[in-house]
Parts: sequence; C-alpha cells; structure tokens
Amino acid sequence: MIGQQLLNGLFLGAVYALFAVGYTLVFGVLDILNLAHAAIFTAAAFAAFSLAMHGVPLPLAFLGAAVMAGIIGILLDRVAFAPLRRRNAGTLVPLISSIGVAIIIGAVLRGIYGVDERHFTTGGLDTAPAIRVGGVTFTSVELVIFLSAIVLMVLLSWTLRATTLGRHIRAVAEDRIAATLLGVDLERTIAATFFLASALGGAAGVLTGLEYNSVTLDMGSPIELKGLAIIILGGMGSITGAVVGGFVIGAVETFAIAYGLSEWRDAITFGVMFLILVARPSGLFGKRALRQA
Amino acid sequence: MLALEKVTVRYGGVTALDGVSLAIERGRILGLIGPNGAGKTTLVNATTGLAPLAGGSVILDGRRVDGLPPHRIARAGIARTYQNIRLFGALDVRGNLAAGAFARRARLHADEVRSLLERAGIPHVDPGAQASSLPYGDQRRLEIARALAASPGVVMLDEPAAGMNPAETHRLVETIRAIAAAGIAVLLIEHDMTLVRAACDSVVVLNFGEAIAHGTPAEIARDPVVVEAYLGTGAEALA
Amino acid sequence: MNALADFYAKHSQLLNQIGINAMLALSLSVSLRAGQLALAQAAFMGIAAYVSAILALTYKWPLPAAILAAVIASTVVAALLAFPVRRLRGVFLAIATIGFGEIVRVVANNLSLTGGAEGMSGIPADVTTPVIYAALAAVALALVALSRTKFALAVTLTREDEHAARGVGVDVGAVRTLSLALGGAIAGLAGALYAHSAFFITPGDFGFARMEEILVWCVIGGVTSPVGAVLGATLLSVLPELIRFLADYREITDGVILLAVVLFAPGGLGSLWRRGAVRVRV
Repeated sequence: MIGQQLLNGLFLGAVYALFAVGYTLVFGVLDILNLAHAAIFTAAAFAAFSLAMHGVPLPLAFLGAAVMAGIIGILLDRVAFAPLRRRNAGTLVPLISSIGVAIIIGAVLRGIYGVDERHFTTGGLDTAPAIRVGGVTFTSVELVIFLSAIVLMVLLSWTLRATTLGRHIRAVAEDRIAATLLGVDLERTIAATFFLASALGGAAGVLTGLEYNSVTLDMGSPIELKGLAIIILGGMGSITGAVVGGFVIGAVETFAIAYGLSEWRDAITFGVMFLILVARPSGLFGKRALRQA
Repeated sequence: MLALEKVTVRYGGVTALDGVSLAIERGRILGLIGPNGAGKTTLVNATTGLAPLAGGSVILDGRRVDGLPPHRIARAGIARTYQNIRLFGALDVRGNLAAGAFARRARLHADEVRSLLERAGIPHVDPGAQASSLPYGDQRRLEIARALAASPGVVMLDEPAAGMNPAETHRLVETIRAIAAAGIAVLLIEHDMTLVRAACDSVVVLNFGEAIAHGTPAEIARDPVVVEAYLGTGAEALA
Repeated sequence: MNALADFYAKHSQLLNQIGINAMLALSLSVSLRAGQLALAQAAFMGIAAYVSAILALTYKWPLPAAILAAVIASTVVAALLAFPVRRLRGVFLAIATIGFGEIVRVVANNLSLTGGAEGMSGIPADVTTPVIYAALAAVALALVALSRTKFALAVTLTREDEHAARGVGVDVGAVRTLSLALGGAIAGLAGALYAHSAFFITPGDFGFARMEEILVWCVIGGVTSPVGAVLGATLLSVLPELIRFLADYREITDGVILLAVVLFAPGGLGSLWRRGAVRVRV
C-alpha cells in the first residue's frame, strides 16, 4: 500500500518537478517570477493536442509542442521582460508584465479552442494495460510520462553543467554584470534560458494532458500556484531544490489523498510553504544551488 | 554623551567588533578610522540598533539603548548619514528634511528648512528640487541636513567626504565643526586623513574589530601600532 | 427622472460591481503605497463575505451588525497575518500572501459552515447601490484624511527606503502591520457589501483569479495612487460593457492594456494626473 502510494507520488512529483524547474530557472537567472509559465504549460498541451489530431504521432507531437513552448518563452521575454531590463525596472514589475502575457495567452487559447475539454483520441491512452511489479501497479503510459520527465530534467542538468551555454547561464545567474564583462552575450543567454525553461514547462503541460487525457483552459491553475510552493520549498533558483520539492509535494499530495485528506491537500501544501517562508525563506537548497545545477 | 562599553558584534563565526569602548561628548568630534573591513560601519550599525550586540552596551546620556529597535534609538536622538547615500530619492529636499524631523512632533517651517540647509552648507539648493536630481556633493550634504533636522544629540557621519575634491573637503571641515559647536556629539568615520586631522578633537583607530589606538590626530599618526596596521599607503598619509 | 430610474434599473448590477471593485483596488493600493506586495486582498474579502453571510443568514443578525462584525474579522485577520510575514519582502511576501489566500479558499471549500464548494445562497441582499457608493465615498474620504497625517509620511518613507526610514525614527514594523490591517478592513467592507448585493457567494469568488484582477486594476490605474486605483478598477469594469461587441475580446484587451501600461506608462494612468516629485506637506 505504502509502496503504491510512493509510486503514485513519484509519478505525480516528476511532472511537478519538471514544471517547477522551469519556474526556478528563470528566477535563479533573472530574479523574475514568471507567472506566464502556467499559461505556456497549458498552451503546449493544446498544441500537442492539435498536432496529434492532425495525425502527428504522439512522441513527435510532444517534442513539437515543447519546442513551440520554448519559442513562446523567447517571445515572452522579448515582449514583456527585455524592455523592462533596459529600464532597470526591478523585480515586481516583470511579475505584473508576465500576468499580462498570461492573460493574453489564455485569451488566445480560448479564441482558438473554445471552452470545451479536449481529449487525445490517439495513442491508446485510455486502454493502456496495467503492469504489475512487486506490489505496485502502473500503466505503460504513466511509466513513459515519468521517464520523459526524468530524461528532460537530466538533460537540463547536463546542459547546465557540461555545455558552454550552461556555463553562461550559471554565470549570468551568479552575477549579471561580471558575466557581461567576461564576454557572455547577455541577451542570447537570457533567450536560451527562457527557451529551456518554457520548453520544460510546456513539456510538463503535454505530459499532464496525456496523464489525465484531458486538455482544458484552466489546467494550469492548480499547478501555477503549486509551482510556487514547490520552488519555495526547494529554494528559489535551485534546480535541485525544484526537483526535490516537486517530488516531496507530489508525495505529500498522494498521501493526503490516500489518507482521506484529499480536499485539504492544497491547504497542506500551502501551509507547508507558508511555514517555510516564515521559518527559512531560502528553502531546502536556497539560491546558491543553481550554480551547481 | 554617547558611550560604547566593550561592544562586541558577531556575524556567524566572524567577530566584527571585539570589546570596543569609546565615548563621544557633546560639542566634540571623535574620528573613527581604520583599514577597510576594520568594523567602522559595523560600529555605527551596532550603535543605531541595526546590528545585534553579542556583548557590551551602548549608553546615551546615562541610559542604555542597546537592544532597542532602530527607530527607538533614532528617536532617542542619534542621527546618522550613510556610506552609500540613502536619501529618499523620490522626495524633494523639503520632504527629506521633513523625514529627518519625523521623530519630532513639530512641523518644519520654511525658515527652519533654510537654516538646516545653511548649516549643512547648501543654502543655494532649491527646497522643491527632487533629492535624486541634486549633484553628488549636495546630496551628501543634504543627508547631513536631514540628520540635523532631527535635532539630535549625537550625529554619526559615515564617510561624508567620499567622492569630494580637496576644496569641498575643506568646506566640510567648517560644516562639521559648526555642528559640534552647536552642542552635538559628532562621530566622524573617514578615510581622508586631511579631514580627520583638521576636524577631529580625538581619534579612535579600529583594526580587525579592535580599538588599537586612541588619542589626538597627531598622537595616533606617530603611533607605531597604527602605522603598522595601515602598512604603507595609509601610513604616508598619516605622517 | 424616469430615464434615470431606467438607467439605474438596467445597470445597477454593473454599478454595484464598479463600486465594490473600486473599493478592492483602494484596499490593495494601501499596501502597495507602503511598498508591500501583499496579495491577500481577495482572501480578506472572502473572509468578510462569509462572516457577514453566515451571521446574517444562519444566525439572523441584523445587516449592519453582520457587516460590522465581518469588517472587524477581516481587519483582525490582516493584522495577525502581518506578524508571521514581518520579515518577508518583495516576491517572497507576495508568494506568502498568495499561499495564505489559497489556504483560506480551501478552508471555505471544505467547511459545512460556509456551504463548502457550493457556497452560500439566499444571502439577505439588502445592500443597494447607494449604500455601496456611500461606503466607497466614506473609504475615500478616510484615506484622504489619512494622507495628511504623519502616518502617511511614515508610509511613504517605508516605501522609499526602509532602512533610512528606521534611521529617522519610523517604526517600519508598525507601518507594515497597520497598512495591512487597513487594507484588510477596506477589502473586508467590500466583501461584506459584495455578499449582500450578489445573491450567492462561492469560494471561487475569492481566489487567486480575483486577486490578479485587483492587482491589474491597481497597476493600470497607478500603483501608488489611490485615485489611479479607482480609475483602473472603474475603467476595466466598465470597458466590456461600453464596448459590448468587444465583450468576447475582453480578456485579451485586459492583457494588452496591462502590458501596454507596464511597458509604456509604468506609473499607471494615475501618474498622468500627478506631476513630478512627491510634495510632502511640511
């Protein structure tokens, strides 16, 4: 029983972590809380749906949607954040700017897709067989989703640690001015950061859409705020923290549901977040960890 | 009269101030010098309640003020300027002076504004000008005027001459002497030895959080311990 | 006279909405003027709405008493909230208050006292448009009176530079608590009036979506200007009605206006009304 719950928590947590990583990456590098992240999450899910409806095989639809999400991320920066950077507008104004973009993205999606719930009718999502291993049960779909999330996070970690781009991103996160003086192309690095963060957030959206076989306009609402709790728990700006935080919250939620506290699970999540902010705002891993990815 | 008795401040594992004692009397100017990182600003922060004391006490006119929240200490009559200017940039000059007088009950009249600007050496400044639009030197002096607006018993000036040329620094000596002459106890943190020598009645030297020397500017310039602490570049300026 | 009565009858719902939204925007502007991005207004509104609804509906309290009790409740909660968040600034304060709002929403969603997810209906709806606007006027006058006091100076100094504010004797902690409590009171009044002018309330009425709306009004109107806040709320409440054919595009218009203001008129519309540096009365 515990094993099953842990597994459920793991599966849930993986997607949460994937979403949170994008959130925290932008904060770590730019000190901006990007509230359009959840809107991109939703947009990617719809994009994957559209691609799948036109006959694109699911794996390609997934990748296509993630890439599209990344591009939206770059545009988001160009339109809503870059002008503010030049103006030295501080950290709260971009937050509001991101709300504006989130509203626009939501409105565009509503215009294109209407308010109805959409389902993936291909890929046999509803008929995937259950697999039994040890004492636990899961479907192949759930497994693939979980592994996809893990692979993407590992890829991000590798990118940050082992590539030149990753070094540049970490440099900008540590000290923007010093990084510029050392020859880092600031705007390109920031654009790349937004691409990565939004692609991952979008990937999380597609995976969530596949997990529940449901794509709706408000599928981003629950995770939008939950994502905040996760990155606070893990430490703002820490990739490791976002991953750990995602799994912890996933576990907390799963166990809450299993032990009959389902309706209260959000209160528990935000209660934990509130306590952390009061007692130890730097969370588990704090901001420093971005440089160690 | 402000006295620090064996004041100790620790940040994590580092002892920023170690048992420092000094006293400032009304009408006198005490200089506080020392290499960078010696703990000068920490001392001011500890006195004004911004840094918690790990030991010792701060006594103002016979009353212990350490442990009080910063705003209470300010209201008790200790005013300060900041190493990096901290004016209320969006407010105008008059507004900054009104801010300085916050703790006092009275409203600031136009002639008080003029008098404060005069005492700070900027009588020409337009009271309606936005504080952040003033030239650098005037901003520093506005901070001094703001400190005076509180009618304080003690004024702590944290590197007021930073960025000033020799002529401006010379004028600053007069300004500071006049403040003390009005009966205020003045603590002057400075790197500029010309200013220290010209303005201060006595000097305390800090190094690594300890007070290593205390005396007149002439005495401490000759003190071998002090010379060694400055190790060369500063030593020439002292002599 | 008839034309006026007709206008009122047709648009009373909208007029009520504008009045309440303006009050909510004012309540947030109080916190923003102190430099705190405390995003708990919607939660305070909800707390007061439920308290008033429960007292009036379930316990049959007379309306004025219920509303008063509700405002007291939201004010007290706001003042209490100030304590655990006293060391939080900027984004962290915003997130903490958002979290608080979510907890309040979940509680309202799950208690039978509050009607759970279905909310409460049949609330005594005796609050009329004139009452709402009288309350709005009272709040506005109170804020104007407050702006001439030393508290207003303390608020401005706290917003400009907390550190230096302490140095001139401002009790920054008290300023933060009082502005949060004041915001809680105004939002509470708006919430109680809302409960008694709408016919039912649900937890979803007081969640993050509402909070975002309030923030948008304040930003568009001008973050630190109360006049601006009211302007923003009014404009965005009225806009979809004025341009009915744009109703479908209301959302995207909101978003575009918000972006445009942030990018091109960062002081908000209210800054077009104010000029130059803040003049502090001496």
